[in-house]
Amino acid sequence: MSLFIDIISWACILCGGFLGVTGAIGLFRFPDFYTRLHAASITDTLCAGLIILGLILQAGFTLMSLKLLMLLGIFAYTAPTASHILAKTAFKCGLKPVLYDQKGGGS
Amino acid sequence: MKTYVLVAILACFWMINSGYLKPLLLGAGVLSIITVLALTSFMNRKDGEAFPIVLLSRRLPGYLGWLVWQIVLANIDVVKRVWLGPASISPVVFRTHASQSSEAAKVLYANSITMTPGTVTLFVRDDVFEVHALTKEGAAEVQKGEMDRRVSALETV
Repeated sequence: MSLFIDIISWACILCGGFLGVTGAIGLFRFPDFYTRLHAASITDTLCAGLIILGLILQAGFTLMSLKLLMLLGIFAYTAPTASHILAKTAFKCGLKPVLYDQKGGGS
Repeated sequence: MKTYVLVAILACFWMINSGYLKPLLLGAGVLSIITVLALTSFMNRKDGEAFPIVLLSRRLPGYLGWLVWQIVLANIDVVKRVWLGPASISPVVFRTHASQSSEAAKVLYANSITMTPGTVTLFVRDDVFEVHALTKEGAAEVQKGEMDRRVSALETV
């Protein structure tokens, strides 16, 4: 049983790690500020969620897992607020997003 | 009623973070809770947003479950596009209508859009949201308005 939990937990942690790397790569690959923000939101949501879920499974039913759960809740509140403030401020300061239409339909 | 719920939430918050049952630390916890209650009652005179859970609905757990599933789906889509490269994205800025009447529900809707990877709410003007989307498909998904309907449904109960 403990082996079973270990397997699930490590699968979660490894998937989360993979998503973290993907978010970082997206941060470099995408063309402008706003699209990079979308790449960063992978790291905010599923990456953090999977890593914390994996750690909760490792911790078992203890106070530590409750703390980790609370961390997830704090992420859920702060991450969208930060993303929204960044995007809004950038837009207000006159940073124009690169749009699909302007690129001449692709590439 | 709200005060009791707030005390319960704060007490849980303290116990989760501390985990000690020593009288000194419990006393410090009680003192902190009293301080926070005093602060919130002071804040309530300015606006009614001192209570953390504004949108109490019996459909809320169902909505959160659905939201998590949407976030997982959107993550898979954005991850795919990261690995496919910049050629696969089609960024758009569009407007969408928010049909919620209360501010709390609008905030929940705007935050739900932002939390889903691939879409970020830029501006909220009355009941029109300006949204930046990574792809045309993501924009179409928001404009179909399923999330909007689900958030509005939270207001009725």
